[in-house]
Amino acid sequence: MAEPDRPPRTDRSPWNWLLLIPIVVPLLTFLYNHDEPRLAGFPMFYWLQFAFILLGVTTTTIVYQMTKRSRR
Amino acid sequence: MSDHITEIVIFTLLFLLVSGMGFVASRWRAPKDMAHLDEWGLGGRSFGGWITWFLVGGDLYTAYTFVAVPALIFGAGAAGFFAVPYTVVIYPLFFLILIRLWSVSHRHGFVTPADFVRTRFDSPVLALLIAITGIVATMPYIALQLIGIEAVLKTMGVTGDSVLARHLPIIIAFAILAAYTYQSGLRAPALIAFVKDTLIYIVILVAVLWLPYKLGGWGAIFDAADAKFQASPNPNDGILLNANNQVQYFTLALGSALALFLYPHSITGVLASRNRDVIKRNMSALPAYSLLLGLIALLGYMAISAGVKPLPGSSPGSVDNNTVVPLLFDQQFPSWFAGVAFAAIGIGALVPAAIMSIAAANLFTRNIYKEFLRKDATHAQEANVAKITSLVVKIGAVACIVFLDPQFSIDLQLIGGVIILQTAPAVVIGLYTRWLHRGALIAGWVAGMALGFWMLWQIPNAATGRAHFGGSAFPLSDFGFDTKVTIYVGFVTVLVNLLVAAIVTLILRAAKRPEGVDGTTADDYFADEGDPRIERQRTSTVDSVSST
Repeated sequence: MAEPDRPPRTDRSPWNWLLLIPIVVPLLTFLYNHDEPRLAGFPMFYWLQFAFILLGVTTTTIVYQMTKRSRR
Repeated sequence: MSDHITEIVIFTLLFLLVSGMGFVASRWRAPKDMAHLDEWGLGGRSFGGWITWFLVGGDLYTAYTFVAVPALIFGAGAAGFFAVPYTVVIYPLFFLILIRLWSVSHRHGFVTPADFVRTRFDSPVLALLIAITGIVATMPYIALQLIGIEAVLKTMGVTGDSVLARHLPIIIAFAILAAYTYQSGLRAPALIAFVKDTLIYIVILVAVLWLPYKLGGWGAIFDAADAKFQASPNPNDGILLNANNQVQYFTLALGSALALFLYPHSITGVLASRNRDVIKRNMSALPAYSLLLGLIALLGYMAISAGVKPLPGSSPGSVDNNTVVPLLFDQQFPSWFAGVAFAAIGIGALVPAAIMSIAAANLFTRNIYKEFLRKDATHAQEANVAKITSLVVKIGAVACIVFLDPQFSIDLQLIGGVIILQTAPAVVIGLYTRWLHRGALIAGWVAGMALGFWMLWQIPNAATGRAHFGGSAFPLSDFGFDTKVTIYVGFVTVLVNLLVAAIVTLILRAAKRPEGVDGTTADDYFADEGDPRIERQRTSTVDSVSST
């Protein structure tokens, strides 16, 4: 049976490109391979990489919300 | 042994509690008919957001991670912190890939990644290679979970002199694990994961609040670690990376991230979820574990600061760094709390070990037994073969620990990460395009494997004085470059694998070699729960409404 009214389903969305940010940024060691400035005693190497977790969560959450399929 | 009585009692009680849960789990969200691989091996493909979060989290962050990552930090410093970027990168990397894999698997009733490859490329041989790679890579991973438990038992002084006495507690623990996995399938680790993670979260939060207070603050902890590494002769340790190990750091993080969701056990957890939304939401919720892992990693520095001395290793003169976290808890906390922490690590080993053995059993059943030994196997026969295989796999893992040097399992696990990466072109790229020829994928796999073994063979381990399989950091100078920079073996081999696959594809296509029939359609990759085209006669769930 044909389903003429429904467009072909797809995962394509410009929002997906955002996912590249949390993939690329945590791999750029020159960004965070420093001791100073320290934050609450943590060298930058550690606190900035902890901050990247937040970056990952934020990005995937935005992409998920923006690409949710509208419920029929 | 007597001064650890409280710890041993608490450890044993919690262990027995979750074992009871494991047996009860077969009735949790129970199906009418357990004699179906979908039910035993994938929990009826019915898990919602919370269960999937605990299950996949409990699966990816294993007891061995909790013991080995801080051990690495304790020994080498910053290089061991790669676990954090690794677990940050993984979720955006797989966000789109996993929903495609879920959809096509849901539509066709695939249980393993090799099932997908079989249908997509119409090649039982390629599927067999993927299945064998998965089983071989998983076995040492299970053995590592035992090493995690062993580190805890050692710290509590539960060790004997004879081979049997030394391993008896682990054999008992695994016999119990094997029994309830046999009975309950994937429902057992899914239920136990709640307890495991709750315990781990409590223990770690207390530890990272209390220990810095006791040790003079985070600044003092990092300074103590810095002082230790400054004094050590090793040029590659320190609380920061140096010019030579930065490439290794990010290639290891990226390569490990790519490898993790290729392991059959991670895919098992994903395929067990109810729909695409559950997976997408989990990709943004699972990093909560990365935070936990980062904090756990830093326990390695706290151990330095607290002056922990690791227990002796299995060979004379060596030390077992895996004991630093258990020792830290033993020395810094009252014994009842240390007991809870030890139980958390011990139970933390059971969840992934159960899922891994189930995943290996699924692979054997679907891609070896049903493909080559008994093509007309019924659902009940499949489920039965899988249950028995899961027992065999666990006996194999215990045998690894009892009869081999534990270091051997760690080496195998190192190789496991590199070999599982060789399935990436067929599984990951195969989800997007069928351009690569099935014969070329086999050629790429062979090239990647061969190069991987050669590279790992070349790497010596300075610390233990062994000449081969000493780590995953390959010096680029061995390729003729004039540099001290090292790179992750898996990263190089997967690139070579892809290159070979692409070249051979062009050759095979020019030679007009048959490509087989693609059993999937473009639309399959977007199917969701309730898709009218699902062919499979699902065994219905008694109470499908009560999901957490």
